Amino acid sequence: MSTPSTRKIVSDGLWTNNPGLVQLLGLCPLLAVSNTLVNGLGLGLATTLTLVASNSVVSLIRDRVTDQIRIPVFVLVIATVVTMIELAMNAWLHGLYLILGIFIPLIVTNCAIIGRAESFASRQNLRASALDGLSMGLGFTSVLVVLGGLRELTGNGTLFDGAHLMFGEMARGWTLTLGEDYPGFLLSVLPPGAFIGLGLLVAAKNLIDKRQARAAAADTQLSAAESA
Amino acid sequence: MQFATRVSPHTVGPASVNAVMRHVLVALLPGTLLYGLLFNAGVWLNILLAVVSAVAFEALILRLRGRPVGPAIGDLSAVLTAWLFALALPPLVPWWVIVTGVFFSIVIAKQLYGGLGFNPFNPAMVGYVVVLISFPRQLTAWSVPRSLESPQAPSLSQLWQTLWGQLPVDAFTHATPLGAVKTALTRNATLSEIFSGADGIGGWLGGHSWELLALTWLAGGIWLIRKGLIAWHIPAAFLGTLFSFALFFYLIDSDHFLNPLFHLFSGAAMLGAFFILTDPVTAPASPRGKLLFGAGAGVLVYVIRTWGGYPDAVAFAVLLMNLCAPAIDYFYRPPVFGERHG
Repeated sequence: MSTPSTRKIVSDGLWTNNPGLVQLLGLCPLLAVSNTLVNGLGLGLATTLTLVASNSVVSLIRDRVTDQIRIPVFVLVIATVVTMIELAMNAWLHGLYLILGIFIPLIVTNCAIIGRAESFASRQNLRASALDGLSMGLGFTSVLVVLGGLRELTGNGTLFDGAHLMFGEMARGWTLTLGEDYPGFLLSVLPPGAFIGLGLLVAAKNLIDKRQARAAAADTQLSAAESA
Repeated sequence: MQFATRVSPHTVGPASVNAVMRHVLVALLPGTLLYGLLFNAGVWLNILLAVVSAVAFEALILRLRGRPVGPAIGDLSAVLTAWLFALALPPLVPWWVIVTGVFFSIVIAKQLYGGLGFNPFNPAMVGYVVVLISFPRQLTAWSVPRSLESPQAPSLSQLWQTLWGQLPVDAFTHATPLGAVKTALTRNATLSEIFSGADGIGGWLGGHSWELLALTWLAGGIWLIRKGLIAWHIPAAFLGTLFSFALFFYLIDSDHFLNPLFHLFSGAAMLGAFFILTDPVTAPASPRGKLLFGAGAGVLVYVIRTWGGYPDAVAFAVLLMNLCAPAIDYFYRPPVFGERHG
Protein backbone atom coordinates (compact mmCIF):
# COMPACT_ATOMS: atom_id res chain seq x y z
CA MET A 1 0.00 0.00 0.00
CA SER A 2 1.52 3.25 -1.07
CA THR A 3 1.80 6.19 1.28
CA PRO A 4 -0.72 8.93 0.48
CA SER A 5 0.57 12.45 -0.03
CA THR A 6 0.78 14.83 2.92
CA ARG A 7 -1.88 17.00 1.36
CA LYS A 8 -4.28 14.10 1.05
CA ILE A 9 -3.69 12.93 4.64
CA VAL A 10 -4.40 16.40 5.99
CA SER A 11 -7.48 17.05 3.84
CA ASP A 12 -8.86 13.58 4.63
CA GLY A 13 -8.59 14.15 8.36
CA LEU A 14 -9.88 17.69 8.41
CA TRP A 15 -12.65 17.47 5.84
CA THR A 16 -13.12 14.66 3.28
CA ASN A 17 -13.04 11.80 5.77
CA ASN A 18 -13.63 13.76 8.98
CA PRO A 19 -14.15 11.31 11.87
CA GLY A 20 -17.02 13.33 13.35
CA LEU A 21 -18.90 14.40 10.22
CA VAL A 22 -18.21 11.63 7.68
CA GLN A 23 -17.10 8.49 9.48
CA LEU A 24 -19.45 9.34 12.37
CA LEU A 25 -17.06 7.60 14.76
CA GLY A 26 -16.65 8.46 18.41
CA LEU A 27 -20.16 9.84 18.67
CA CYS A 28 -20.48 9.01 22.36
CA PRO A 29 -17.89 11.53 23.58
CA LEU A 30 -18.75 13.87 20.69
CA LEU A 31 -22.35 14.13 21.82
CA ALA A 32 -21.77 13.91 25.55
CA VAL A 33 -19.02 16.48 26.03
CA SER A 34 -19.94 19.10 23.44
CA ASN A 35 -22.11 21.12 25.83
CA THR A 36 -19.61 23.99 25.98
CA LEU A 37 -16.85 25.13 23.67
CA VAL A 38 -14.12 24.69 26.28
CA ASN A 39 -15.21 21.16 27.18
CA GLY A 40 -15.22 20.26 23.50
CA LEU A 41 -11.79 21.77 22.96
CA GLY A 42 -10.38 19.96 26.01
CA LEU A 43 -11.65 16.55 25.00
CA GLY A 44 -10.75 17.16 21.36
CA LEU A 45 -7.14 17.97 22.20
CA ALA A 46 -6.87 14.98 24.54
CA THR A 47 -8.20 12.77 21.73
CA THR A 48 -5.77 14.35 19.25
CA LEU A 49 -2.85 13.64 21.56
CA THR A 50 -4.01 10.06 21.95
CA LEU A 51 -4.36 9.64 18.20
CA VAL A 52 -0.87 10.98 17.45
CA ALA A 53 0.77 8.88 20.16
CA SER A 54 -1.11 5.64 19.45
CA ASN A 55 -0.70 5.99 15.67
CA SER A 56 3.05 6.53 16.08
CA VAL A 57 3.55 3.56 18.40
CA VAL A 58 1.38 1.28 16.27
CA SER A 59 3.33 2.34 13.17
CA LEU A 60 6.68 1.64 14.87
CA ILE A 61 5.72 -1.87 16.00
CA ARG A 62 3.77 -2.77 12.86
CA ASP A 63 6.35 -5.23 11.53
CA ARG A 64 6.74 -7.09 14.81
CA VAL A 65 3.04 -7.59 15.61
CA THR A 66 1.50 -10.59 13.89
CA ASP A 67 -1.94 -10.31 12.38
CA GLN A 68 -3.58 -12.65 14.88
CA ILE A 69 -2.83 -10.58 17.96
CA ARG A 70 -2.82 -7.10 16.46
CA ILE A 71 -6.17 -5.95 17.90
CA PRO A 72 -5.31 -6.72 21.58
CA VAL A 73 -1.92 -5.08 21.08
CA PHE A 74 -3.53 -1.95 19.61
CA VAL A 75 -5.97 -1.81 22.50
CA LEU A 76 -3.12 -2.13 24.97
CA VAL A 77 -1.19 0.67 23.30
CA ILE A 78 -4.21 2.96 23.22
CA ALA A 79 -5.11 2.19 26.84
CA THR A 80 -1.57 2.99 27.94
CA VAL A 81 -1.56 6.30 26.10
CA VAL A 82 -4.97 7.28 27.46
CA THR A 83 -3.95 6.41 31.01
CA MET A 84 -0.92 8.64 30.70
CA ILE A 85 -3.01 11.50 29.33
CA GLU A 86 -5.57 11.05 32.08
CA LEU A 87 -2.91 11.23 34.79
CA ALA A 88 -1.34 14.26 33.13
CA MET A 89 -4.68 16.09 32.92
CA ASN A 90 -5.43 15.22 36.51
CA ALA A 91 -2.16 16.84 37.49
CA TRP A 92 -2.15 19.98 35.31
CA LEU A 93 -5.75 20.62 34.19
CA HIS A 94 -7.55 19.42 37.29
CA GLY A 95 -10.67 21.59 36.87
CA LEU A 96 -11.26 20.43 33.32
CA TYR A 97 -10.43 16.87 34.39
CA LEU A 98 -13.27 16.99 36.92
CA ILE A 99 -15.77 18.26 34.33
CA LEU A 100 -14.84 15.83 31.56
CA GLY A 101 -14.77 13.06 34.17
CA ILE A 102 -15.45 9.61 32.80
CA PHE A 103 -15.03 10.75 29.19
CA ILE A 104 -11.23 10.96 29.42
CA PRO A 105 -10.72 7.25 30.27
CA LEU A 106 -13.48 6.53 27.77
CA ILE A 107 -11.28 7.90 24.96
CA VAL A 108 -9.99 4.29 24.92
CA THR A 109 -13.30 3.17 23.51
CA ASN A 110 -13.43 5.89 20.84
CA CYS A 111 -13.70 3.82 17.65
CA ALA A 112 -11.97 6.53 15.64
CA ILE A 113 -8.68 5.75 17.41
CA ILE A 114 -8.60 1.99 16.90
CA GLY A 115 -10.04 2.60 13.45
CA ARG A 116 -7.03 4.74 12.49
CA ALA A 117 -4.60 2.25 14.09
CA GLU A 118 -6.08 -0.62 12.12
CA SER A 119 -6.76 1.04 8.77
CA PHE A 120 -3.84 3.47 8.58
CA ALA A 121 -1.04 3.28 11.15
CA SER A 122 -0.52 -0.48 10.93
CA ARG A 123 0.28 -0.12 7.21
CA GLN A 124 2.16 3.18 6.97
CA ASN A 125 5.45 4.65 8.08
CA LEU A 126 5.91 6.74 11.21
CA ARG A 127 5.75 10.17 9.58
CA ALA A 128 2.53 9.49 7.67
CA SER A 129 0.92 7.80 10.70
CA ALA A 130 1.70 10.63 13.09
CA LEU A 131 0.43 13.17 10.55
CA ASP A 132 -2.73 11.13 10.05
CA GLY A 133 -3.26 11.03 13.82
CA LEU A 134 -2.80 14.78 14.02
CA SER A 135 -5.13 15.67 11.17
CA MET A 136 -7.84 13.19 12.21
CA GLY A 137 -7.56 14.48 15.76
CA LEU A 138 -7.81 18.09 14.67
CA GLY A 139 -10.77 17.23 12.44
CA PHE A 140 -12.50 15.64 15.42
CA THR A 141 -11.57 18.59 17.63
CA SER A 142 -12.95 21.11 15.17
CA VAL A 143 -16.33 19.34 15.13
CA LEU A 144 -16.33 19.22 18.93
CA VAL A 145 -15.46 22.91 19.15
CA VAL A 146 -18.06 24.05 16.60
CA LEU A 147 -20.79 21.86 18.11
CA GLY A 148 -19.79 22.85 21.63
CA GLY A 149 -19.77 26.52 20.68
CA LEU A 150 -23.19 26.33 19.01
CA ARG A 151 -24.71 24.46 21.94
CA GLU A 152 -23.19 26.79 24.49
CA LEU A 153 -24.23 29.90 22.58
CA THR A 154 -27.84 28.83 22.07
CA GLY A 155 -28.21 26.98 25.35
CA ASN A 156 -26.66 29.35 27.85
CA GLY A 157 -26.06 32.46 25.78
CA THR A 158 -22.33 32.40 26.56
CA LEU A 159 -19.12 31.49 24.75
CA PHE A 160 -15.75 30.44 26.23
CA ASP A 161 -17.40 29.83 29.59
CA GLY A 162 -14.93 28.02 31.85
CA ALA A 163 -11.92 28.97 29.73
CA HIS A 164 -9.88 29.44 32.92
CA LEU A 165 -10.01 25.66 33.40
CA MET A 166 -7.74 25.31 30.40
CA PHE A 167 -5.87 28.55 30.00
CA GLY A 168 -5.37 29.67 33.60
CA GLU A 169 -6.78 32.55 35.62
CA MET A 170 -6.15 35.23 32.98
CA ALA A 171 -8.80 33.56 30.80
CA ARG A 172 -11.63 34.24 33.24
CA GLY A 173 -12.51 37.43 31.42
CA TRP A 174 -12.79 35.71 28.03
CA THR A 175 -16.36 34.62 28.55
CA LEU A 176 -18.72 36.33 26.11
CA THR A 177 -22.35 36.77 27.06
CA LEU A 178 -25.29 37.29 24.73
CA GLY A 179 -26.94 39.79 27.04
CA GLU A 180 -28.30 39.65 30.55
CA ASP A 181 -31.88 38.65 29.78
CA TYR A 182 -31.17 35.82 27.35
CA PRO A 183 -33.56 33.15 28.63
CA GLY A 184 -31.41 30.15 27.69
CA PHE A 185 -32.52 27.35 25.42
CA LEU A 186 -32.24 24.29 27.62
CA LEU A 187 -32.84 21.80 24.81
CA SER A 188 -29.53 22.49 23.13
CA VAL A 189 -27.58 21.75 26.33
CA LEU A 190 -29.56 18.53 26.86
CA PRO A 191 -28.70 15.36 24.85
CA PRO A 192 -31.30 15.97 22.07
CA GLY A 193 -29.56 19.26 21.32
CA ALA A 194 -26.34 17.35 20.61
CA PHE A 195 -28.07 15.03 18.15
CA ILE A 196 -29.94 17.83 16.38
CA GLY A 197 -26.81 19.97 16.30
CA LEU A 198 -24.64 17.22 14.84
CA GLY A 199 -27.33 16.47 12.25
CA LEU A 200 -27.34 20.11 11.19
CA LEU A 201 -23.52 20.16 10.97
CA VAL A 202 -23.49 17.04 8.79
CA ALA A 203 -26.15 18.64 6.58
CA ALA A 204 -24.09 21.82 6.32
CA LYS A 205 -21.01 19.84 5.27
CA ASN A 206 -22.99 17.96 2.63
CA LEU A 207 -24.39 21.24 1.34
CA ILE A 208 -20.91 22.76 0.99
CA ASP A 209 -19.60 19.63 -0.76
CA LYS A 210 -22.53 19.67 -3.16
CA ARG A 211 -22.01 23.33 -4.02
CA GLN A 212 -18.30 22.71 -4.67
CA ALA A 213 -19.02 19.69 -6.84
CA ARG A 214 -21.52 21.73 -8.85
CA ALA A 215 -19.02 24.55 -9.28
CA ALA A 216 -16.31 22.08 -10.34
CA ALA A 217 -18.67 20.46 -12.87
CA ALA A 218 -19.53 23.87 -14.29
CA ASP A 219 -15.81 24.65 -14.58
CA THR A 220 -15.01 21.47 -16.53
CA GLN A 221 -17.97 22.10 -18.83
CA LEU A 222 -16.76 25.60 -19.44
CA SER A 223 -13.19 24.52 -20.23
CA ALA A 224 -14.49 21.71 -22.46
CA ALA A 225 -16.59 24.24 -24.37
CA GLU A 226 -13.62 26.55 -24.71
CA SER A 227 -11.32 23.87 -26.08
CA ALA A 228 -13.99 22.63 -28.49
CA MET B 1 -47.05 8.42 -23.14
CA GLN B 2 -50.31 9.04 -21.32
CA PHE B 3 -52.94 6.30 -20.99
CA ALA B 4 -56.42 7.36 -21.94
CA THR B 5 -57.86 5.42 -19.01
CA ARG B 6 -55.80 5.63 -15.89
CA VAL B 7 -55.34 2.78 -13.44
CA SER B 8 -57.66 2.50 -10.47
CA PRO B 9 -59.05 4.14 -8.42
CA HIS B 10 -61.35 5.60 -11.06
CA THR B 11 -63.57 7.59 -8.75
CA VAL B 12 -61.87 9.87 -6.31
CA GLY B 13 -63.60 11.48 -3.37
CA PRO B 14 -63.56 15.22 -2.90
CA ALA B 15 -61.41 14.97 0.26
CA SER B 16 -58.31 16.95 -0.63
CA VAL B 17 -55.76 17.78 2.05
CA ASN B 18 -57.09 21.30 2.07
CA ALA B 19 -60.67 20.12 2.68
CA VAL B 20 -59.64 17.82 5.53
CA MET B 21 -57.58 20.51 7.22
CA ARG B 22 -60.44 23.00 6.79
CA HIS B 23 -62.88 20.67 8.49
CA VAL B 24 -60.51 20.01 11.38
CA LEU B 25 -60.03 23.76 11.81
CA VAL B 26 -63.81 24.24 11.84
CA ALA B 27 -64.08 21.52 14.50
CA LEU B 28 -61.46 23.33 16.57
CA LEU B 29 -63.20 26.69 16.30
CA PRO B 30 -65.87 26.35 19.06
CA GLY B 31 -63.32 25.07 21.56
CA THR B 32 -60.89 27.82 20.65
CA LEU B 33 -63.54 30.50 21.13
CA LEU B 34 -64.61 29.00 24.45
CA TYR B 35 -60.99 28.71 25.63
CA GLY B 36 -60.50 32.43 25.17
CA LEU B 37 -63.81 33.21 26.89
CA LEU B 38 -63.14 30.92 29.86
CA PHE B 39 -59.63 32.23 30.46
CA ASN B 40 -58.49 35.23 28.47
CA ALA B 41 -57.89 36.41 24.94
CA GLY B 42 -54.19 35.59 25.19
CA VAL B 43 -55.07 32.25 23.59
CA TRP B 44 -56.26 33.99 20.43
CA LEU B 45 -53.20 36.23 20.28
CA ASN B 46 -50.98 33.16 20.59
CA ILE B 47 -52.82 31.39 17.77
CA LEU B 48 -52.55 34.47 15.57
CA LEU B 49 -48.80 34.79 16.09
CA ALA B 50 -48.24 31.05 15.69
CA VAL B 51 -50.17 30.88 12.41
CA VAL B 52 -48.40 33.90 10.94
CA SER B 53 -44.96 32.60 11.86
CA ALA B 54 -45.79 29.06 10.70
CA VAL B 55 -46.81 30.26 7.25
CA ALA B 56 -43.69 32.43 7.06
CA PHE B 57 -41.38 29.55 8.05
CA GLU B 58 -43.11 27.16 5.67
CA ALA B 59 -42.76 29.58 2.76
CA LEU B 60 -39.13 30.27 3.61
CA ILE B 61 -38.07 26.64 3.86
CA LEU B 62 -39.98 25.63 0.73
CA ARG B 63 -38.13 28.33 -1.17
CA LEU B 64 -34.84 27.03 0.21
CA ARG B 65 -35.79 23.51 -0.83
CA GLY B 66 -36.76 24.71 -4.28
CA ARG B 67 -40.34 23.47 -3.97
CA PRO B 68 -43.51 25.27 -5.03
CA VAL B 69 -44.69 27.43 -2.15
CA GLY B 70 -48.32 28.05 -3.08
CA PRO B 71 -49.81 24.53 -2.87
CA ALA B 72 -48.10 23.70 0.42
CA ILE B 73 -49.34 26.88 2.07
CA GLY B 74 -52.77 26.47 0.52
CA ASP B 75 -53.31 23.00 2.00
CA LEU B 76 -53.58 24.67 5.43
CA SER B 77 -51.50 21.98 7.13
CA ALA B 78 -49.06 24.54 8.53
CA VAL B 79 -51.99 26.59 9.82
CA LEU B 80 -53.44 23.56 11.60
CA THR B 81 -50.06 22.62 13.09
CA ALA B 82 -49.57 26.14 14.41
CA TRP B 83 -53.11 26.26 15.74
CA LEU B 84 -52.72 23.01 17.71
CA PHE B 85 -49.31 24.11 18.97
CA ALA B 86 -50.74 27.41 20.22
CA LEU B 87 -53.64 25.61 21.92
CA ALA B 88 -51.12 23.49 23.85
CA LEU B 89 -49.36 26.60 25.19
CA PRO B 90 -50.31 28.49 28.33
CA PRO B 91 -52.15 31.71 27.36
CA LEU B 92 -49.53 34.11 28.75
CA VAL B 93 -46.27 33.13 27.07
CA PRO B 94 -43.91 35.67 25.47
CA TRP B 95 -43.60 35.82 21.68
CA TRP B 96 -40.20 34.13 21.39
CA VAL B 97 -41.53 30.95 22.99
CA ILE B 98 -44.15 30.77 20.23
CA VAL B 99 -41.74 31.53 17.41
CA THR B 100 -39.16 29.00 18.66
CA GLY B 101 -41.79 26.29 19.00
CA VAL B 102 -43.24 26.98 15.55
CA PHE B 103 -39.73 26.93 14.07
CA PHE B 104 -39.15 23.45 15.49
CA SER B 105 -42.62 22.31 14.41
CA ILE B 106 -42.43 23.47 10.83
CA VAL B 107 -38.74 23.54 9.96
CA ILE B 108 -37.21 20.71 11.99
CA ALA B 109 -40.05 18.27 12.62
CA LYS B 110 -41.90 18.69 9.32
CA GLN B 111 -39.87 20.10 6.42
CA LEU B 112 -36.44 18.65 7.24
CA TYR B 113 -38.01 15.20 7.15
CA GLY B 114 -39.49 15.89 3.72
CA GLY B 115 -42.66 17.87 4.37
CA LEU B 116 -46.27 16.88 4.87
CA GLY B 117 -46.71 13.11 4.80
CA PHE B 118 -43.10 12.26 5.62
CA ASN B 119 -42.80 13.51 9.18
CA PRO B 120 -42.49 10.67 11.69
CA PHE B 121 -43.50 12.86 14.64
CA ASN B 122 -46.49 15.09 15.14
CA PRO B 123 -45.02 18.54 14.33
CA ALA B 124 -47.20 20.49 16.74
CA MET B 125 -46.22 18.24 19.63
CA VAL B 126 -42.52 18.36 18.75
CA GLY B 127 -42.67 22.14 18.94
CA TYR B 128 -44.57 22.04 22.22
CA VAL B 129 -42.20 19.54 23.86
CA VAL B 130 -39.17 21.55 22.71
CA VAL B 131 -40.42 24.71 24.39
CA LEU B 132 -41.78 22.79 27.40
CA ILE B 133 -38.35 21.31 28.09
CA SER B 134 -36.37 24.40 27.17
CA PHE B 135 -38.40 27.14 28.87
CA PRO B 136 -39.89 25.50 31.97
CA ARG B 137 -40.64 28.79 33.74
CA GLN B 138 -42.48 30.47 30.85
CA LEU B 139 -44.47 27.31 30.16
CA THR B 140 -46.20 27.45 33.54
CA ALA B 141 -47.90 30.76 32.78
CA TRP B 142 -51.43 29.36 32.79
CA SER B 143 -54.24 31.85 33.43
CA VAL B 144 -56.76 32.25 36.17
CA PRO B 145 -60.17 31.06 34.96
CA ARG B 146 -62.54 34.02 34.47
CA SER B 147 -65.22 32.36 36.59
CA LEU B 148 -63.05 32.74 39.70
CA GLU B 149 -63.79 36.49 39.52
CA SER B 150 -60.22 37.37 40.18
CA PRO B 151 -59.75 41.13 40.45
CA GLN B 152 -56.65 41.03 38.26
CA ALA B 153 -58.03 39.61 35.02
CA PRO B 154 -55.64 41.00 32.38
CA SER B 155 -56.96 43.51 29.87
CA LEU B 156 -56.32 43.17 26.17
CA SER B 157 -53.50 45.72 26.23
CA GLN B 158 -51.92 43.90 29.17
CA LEU B 159 -52.12 40.66 27.21
CA TRP B 160 -50.46 42.38 24.27
CA GLN B 161 -47.67 43.54 26.57
CA THR B 162 -47.14 40.09 28.08
CA LEU B 163 -46.88 38.67 24.57
CA TRP B 164 -43.99 41.03 23.84
CA GLY B 165 -42.46 40.33 27.23
CA GLN B 166 -42.94 43.84 28.61
CA LEU B 167 -45.06 42.81 31.60
CA PRO B 168 -44.39 40.21 34.30
CA VAL B 169 -47.19 37.67 34.18
CA ASP B 170 -47.06 36.33 37.72
CA ALA B 171 -50.10 38.31 38.85
CA PHE B 172 -52.37 36.60 36.32
CA THR B 173 -51.13 33.04 36.53
CA HIS B 174 -52.76 30.12 38.21
CA ALA B 175 -51.82 26.43 38.38
CA THR B 176 -53.82 24.10 36.15
CA PRO B 177 -56.04 21.66 38.06
CA LEU B 178 -53.72 18.78 37.20
CA GLY B 179 -50.69 20.83 38.23
CA ALA B 180 -52.25 21.93 41.52
CA VAL B 181 -53.24 18.37 42.36
CA LYS B 182 -49.77 17.08 41.54
CA THR B 183 -48.04 19.68 43.71
CA ALA B 184 -50.41 19.05 46.63
CA LEU B 185 -50.05 15.28 46.38
CA THR B 186 -46.27 15.54 46.59
CA ARG B 187 -46.82 17.46 49.85
CA ASN B 188 -48.68 14.42 51.21
CA ALA B 189 -52.13 16.02 51.06
CA THR B 190 -55.07 13.74 50.31
CA LEU B 191 -57.37 14.42 47.38
CA SER B 192 -60.37 15.26 49.56
CA GLU B 193 -58.30 17.91 51.34
CA ILE B 194 -57.07 19.28 48.02
CA PHE B 195 -60.53 19.63 46.49
CA SER B 196 -62.13 21.16 49.58
CA GLY B 197 -59.14 23.38 50.33
CA ALA B 198 -58.56 25.55 47.29
CA ASP B 199 -60.75 27.23 44.71
CA GLY B 200 -60.42 26.62 41.03
CA ILE B 201 -59.26 23.01 41.07
CA GLY B 202 -62.23 20.68 41.04
CA GLY B 203 -65.31 21.20 38.91
CA TRP B 204 -68.40 19.03 38.60
CA LEU B 205 -66.78 16.70 36.07
CA GLY B 206 -63.08 17.44 35.72
CA GLY B 207 -60.82 20.40 36.31
CA HIS B 208 -62.50 23.73 37.06
CA SER B 209 -63.41 25.45 33.74
CA TRP B 210 -61.34 22.88 31.88
CA GLU B 211 -64.26 20.46 31.88
CA LEU B 212 -66.33 22.74 29.65
CA LEU B 213 -63.43 23.05 27.28
CA ALA B 214 -62.97 19.27 27.23
CA LEU B 215 -66.66 18.82 26.43
CA THR B 216 -66.32 21.19 23.48
CA TRP B 217 -63.31 19.29 22.13
CA LEU B 218 -65.36 16.10 22.57
CA ALA B 219 -68.20 17.59 20.54
CA GLY B 220 -65.83 18.75 17.81
CA GLY B 221 -64.24 15.32 17.71
CA ILE B 222 -67.55 13.52 17.41
CA TRP B 223 -68.48 15.82 14.52
CA LEU B 224 -65.22 14.86 12.79
CA ILE B 225 -65.95 11.16 13.28
CA ARG B 226 -69.48 11.60 11.87
CA LYS B 227 -68.00 13.41 8.89
CA GLY B 228 -65.76 10.41 8.35
CA LEU B 229 -62.58 12.43 8.63
CA ILE B 230 -61.14 10.55 11.58
CA ALA B 231 -61.75 6.96 12.69
CA TRP B 232 -63.24 6.23 16.11
CA HIS B 233 -60.54 3.70 16.99
CA ILE B 234 -57.79 5.95 18.33
CA PRO B 235 -59.93 8.25 20.51
CA ALA B 236 -61.98 5.33 21.86
CA ALA B 237 -58.93 3.23 22.69
CA PHE B 238 -57.10 6.20 24.19
CA LEU B 239 -59.93 7.46 26.37
CA GLY B 240 -61.00 3.93 27.29
CA THR B 241 -57.54 2.92 28.45
CA LEU B 242 -57.01 6.14 30.37
CA PHE B 243 -60.41 5.66 32.02
CA SER B 244 -59.82 2.00 32.93
CA PHE B 245 -56.37 2.60 34.40
CA ALA B 246 -57.62 5.58 36.38
CA LEU B 247 -60.66 3.58 37.58
CA PHE B 248 -58.49 0.67 38.71
CA PHE B 249 -56.21 2.80 40.87
CA TYR B 250 -59.10 5.01 42.05
CA LEU B 251 -60.90 1.95 43.38
CA ILE B 252 -57.76 0.86 45.22
CA ASP B 253 -57.09 4.21 46.88
CA SER B 254 -59.42 7.11 46.15
CA ASP B 255 -57.48 9.50 48.34
CA HIS B 256 -54.27 9.41 46.33
CA PHE B 257 -55.40 8.62 42.79
CA LEU B 258 -57.61 11.02 40.82
CA ASN B 259 -60.98 9.76 39.70
CA PRO B 260 -61.25 8.61 36.10
CA LEU B 261 -63.59 11.38 34.96
CA PHE B 262 -61.18 14.00 36.27
CA HIS B 263 -58.50 12.44 34.10
CA LEU B 264 -60.69 12.53 30.99
CA PHE B 265 -61.99 16.07 31.49
CA SER B 266 -58.80 17.85 32.59
CA GLY B 267 -55.69 18.90 30.78
CA ALA B 268 -55.23 17.94 27.17
CA ALA B 269 -56.82 14.47 27.19
CA MET B 270 -59.82 15.32 24.98
CA LEU B 271 -57.93 17.63 22.63
CA GLY B 272 -55.24 14.98 22.27
CA ALA B 273 -57.67 12.13 21.73
CA PHE B 274 -59.53 13.68 18.81
CA PHE B 275 -57.21 16.24 17.26
CA ILE B 276 -53.61 15.24 17.94
CA LEU B 277 -53.37 11.45 18.17
CA THR B 278 -55.56 11.11 15.06
CA ASP B 279 -53.07 12.86 12.75
CA PRO B 280 -53.13 10.49 9.76
CA VAL B 281 -49.43 10.96 8.97
CA THR B 282 -48.03 9.91 12.32
CA ALA B 283 -50.62 7.31 13.41
CA PRO B 284 -50.85 3.69 12.21
CA ALA B 285 -53.12 2.96 9.25
CA SER B 286 -54.97 -0.24 10.14
CA PRO B 287 -57.92 -0.34 12.57
CA ARG B 288 -56.24 -2.80 14.93
CA GLY B 289 -53.03 -0.78 14.80
CA LYS B 290 -55.01 2.33 15.70
CA LEU B 291 -56.55 0.59 18.71
CA LEU B 292 -53.10 -0.43 19.95
CA PHE B 293 -51.74 3.07 19.26
CA GLY B 294 -54.53 4.77 21.21
CA ALA B 295 -54.30 2.31 24.09
CA GLY B 296 -50.54 2.76 24.37
CA ALA B 297 -50.96 6.53 24.53
CA GLY B 298 -53.63 6.12 27.20
CA VAL B 299 -51.32 4.04 29.39
CA LEU B 300 -48.46 6.52 28.93
CA VAL B 301 -50.63 9.51 29.80
CA TYR B 302 -51.84 7.84 32.99
CA VAL B 303 -48.37 6.68 34.03
CA ILE B 304 -46.67 10.03 33.41
CA ARG B 305 -49.49 12.06 34.97
CA THR B 306 -49.51 9.87 38.08
CA TRP B 307 -45.86 9.01 38.65
CA GLY B 308 -43.94 11.27 36.29
CA GLY B 309 -42.47 14.73 36.76
CA TYR B 310 -44.96 16.65 34.60
CA PRO B 311 -48.63 17.27 35.49
CA ASP B 312 -49.87 16.50 31.97
CA ALA B 313 -48.43 14.07 29.50
CA VAL B 314 -50.38 14.05 26.26
CA ALA B 315 -47.53 15.53 24.21
CA PHE B 316 -44.98 13.05 25.53
CA ALA B 317 -47.37 10.15 25.02
CA VAL B 318 -48.08 11.25 21.44
CA LEU B 319 -44.38 11.47 20.56
CA LEU B 320 -43.53 8.13 22.18
CA MET B 321 -46.38 6.42 20.34
CA ASN B 322 -45.40 8.13 17.07
CA LEU B 323 -42.08 6.36 17.53
CA CYS B 324 -43.96 3.03 17.75
CA ALA B 325 -46.26 3.70 14.79
CA PRO B 326 -43.98 2.22 12.08
CA ALA B 327 -43.56 -0.99 14.11
CA ILE B 328 -47.31 -1.18 14.72
CA ASP B 329 -47.92 -0.69 11.01
CA TYR B 330 -45.46 -3.48 10.28
CA PHE B 331 -47.32 -5.99 12.45
CA TYR B 332 -50.87 -4.88 11.63
CA ARG B 333 -50.89 -4.28 7.92
CA PRO B 334 -54.25 -3.24 6.54
CA PRO B 335 -55.74 -6.29 4.79
CA VAL B 336 -55.58 -6.28 1.00
CA PHE B 337 -59.02 -6.09 -0.59
CA GLY B 338 -60.47 -9.62 -0.71
CA GLU B 339 -58.05 -11.00 1.86
CA ARG B 340 -59.67 -12.50 4.94
CA HIS B 341 -58.65 -11.42 8.42
CA GLY B 342 -56.13 -13.96 9.63
